[in-house]
Amino acid sequence: MTTYDFIVRNWPELMSLAWQHTVFVSIALAIAIATGVPLGVYLTFNRRLADTVLYLAGIMMTVPSVALFGLMIPVLSVFGHGIGTVPAVIALVLYSQLPILRSTYAAIRSVDPAIIEAGLGIGMTRAQVLFKVQIPMSLGVIFSGVRVAVVMSIGIGAIAAYIGAGGLGQYIFNGITQTYDAMINAGAVAVSAMAILADFMFGRLERTLVSKGLRRD
Amino acid sequence: MIELNHVTKTYPGASQPAVDSVSLTIPEGEICVFIGPSGCGKTTLMRLTNRLIPITSGSISVDGKDIMGLDPIELRRHIGYAIQQVGLFPHMTVRDNIATVPKLLGWARTKIDARVDELLTLVNLEPGTFRDRYPRQLSGGQAQRVGVARAMAADPPIMLMDEPFGAIDPINREVLQDEFLRIQDKLKKTIIFVTHDINEAIKMGQRIALLKEGRLIQTGLPDELLNRPADEFVKSFVGADRVLKRLNLLKVRDAMMTNPVHCRSEDSSEKVLEQMVKNDLAFLIVTDRDQRLLGYVNQYDLRGHKGHAGDVARKLTLTVSPERNLKEALSQMLSYDLGILVVVGEDGRIQGVLNSTTLCSLVGSTYDEHGGHWGRITAAGRIL
Repeated sequence: MTTYDFIVRNWPELMSLAWQHTVFVSIALAIAIATGVPLGVYLTFNRRLADTVLYLAGIMMTVPSVALFGLMIPVLSVFGHGIGTVPAVIALVLYSQLPILRSTYAAIRSVDPAIIEAGLGIGMTRAQVLFKVQIPMSLGVIFSGVRVAVVMSIGIGAIAAYIGAGGLGQYIFNGITQTYDAMINAGAVAVSAMAILADFMFGRLERTLVSKGLRRD
Repeated sequence: MIELNHVTKTYPGASQPAVDSVSLTIPEGEICVFIGPSGCGKTTLMRLTNRLIPITSGSISVDGKDIMGLDPIELRRHIGYAIQQVGLFPHMTVRDNIATVPKLLGWARTKIDARVDELLTLVNLEPGTFRDRYPRQLSGGQAQRVGVARAMAADPPIMLMDEPFGAIDPINREVLQDEFLRIQDKLKKTIIFVTHDINEAIKMGQRIALLKEGRLIQTGLPDELLNRPADEFVKSFVGADRVLKRLNLLKVRDAMMTNPVHCRSEDSSEKVLEQMVKNDLAFLIVTDRDQRLLGYVNQYDLRGHKGHAGDVARKLTLTVSPERNLKEALSQMLSYDLGILVVVGEDGRIQGVLNSTTLCSLVGSTYDEHGGHWGRITAAGRIL
């Protein structure tokens, strides 16, 4: 059976796995963005902490994903969530932190000091400069970090099937154990397609959210 | 009015104060230029005024109120601020950039829109064309204009300008300076203007404060700095060509010899010639009854002529207005090899003459405020 046939015959199942995949990746990204962006902004006010945090986030990226998922099991077993969606989400949040943190930190820091001075000089409070000037100016770069995190999370999310979180990784792992090529391919193609689609959507979102004044053309 | 009273700023960890006990009063409606070599504390002094940096000792008061007793944010919203790097917000349109302070002050939308258009017109940008542009779609000069418009948005009585035209090519800088002076003429803001360019200082400043290593070295009118530099430092800072720079400041009116020697067109040629020989004049201005310039006569043309001086008068096309500055007048004299330039008012009447002797004595070291000597020419008024 070809990959195409497999996909056609197992369409409903594929869709439900894709949905599972989407759910835990989305939850993880929502948490990662909700924590990573504010933390990245905060770090620009605390340079010493910034170095440490970015270093730790960098180390986190070097831990092989299978190992990270495995490490979650004993830790989270204590709370009764050793396997399934919870450890998968936590691992993805940790992975997504670095690109989001680093891009946010770098973007906010790269705002021309003259512009910040102009903002303060005409009577903006520090918070107004941050929210009305620095963050809107940084959105483009922050978005690029988020898009990296999105694509990466969808890919790494496939490994979450290994600890029982389901998702499209299930086809890949099952396919490997059954030496069923069409199944492996179907899972892989679906993961790629999802990543491309998500990246495209975030690209569109970026275009609407980031000011036209910052576009280079 | 801005009053600085023994203002001192020492940055943490610095051994020398960046600003050292500066006292200065800037009267209402005047442009005061802070100038000095880099690191002299001019920008620091300016930033102390709107509390962008805290003062170490001394006091600054704005319109009689000590700035330390005011809320810094409120204070800054009522002091316009323009900087060299322009500092326009790239993610905002021209309109939103200019509207920043009015929005912070909670103005109504219609009032803001009207104000934005008014300001754009004031700085010579067509509102319909520029209102919705982003800063990246502006040239350097246009961006600076928007920067100045933004600083004036809430109509602050006081403005701080840190080399606002510094990043612009010389030609456009001149244009912007002229435009700004024209605006200032109408609005009469109290302005602190920081620059390191002595020519700009002389042009823009009604008062100049020269700083060096945090200390105020000399303060005064531009002409005083050029003409009576307090010490060698001031002398070298204003430049070896300070005398020439004064030409920019002085108007033809200041240097011309009034009531110049002349004759009328109906005067008899013979008599005019006689007087010219007697007074050793090579040529003479000819006017009509109303002192309107008709031309000039020379001894050669008059010799043997029977009739009126007006009949042999030659046309004089190169004249100068009393409102031009001396630099332009001198340049005209040099390029056309003229020893004398007739000053003619808008009504065509002669107001005086400018010659190299009066020019030199005016700007040179022998100049004294009461007018100096007028050179060898002793004849004046109608010659007959």
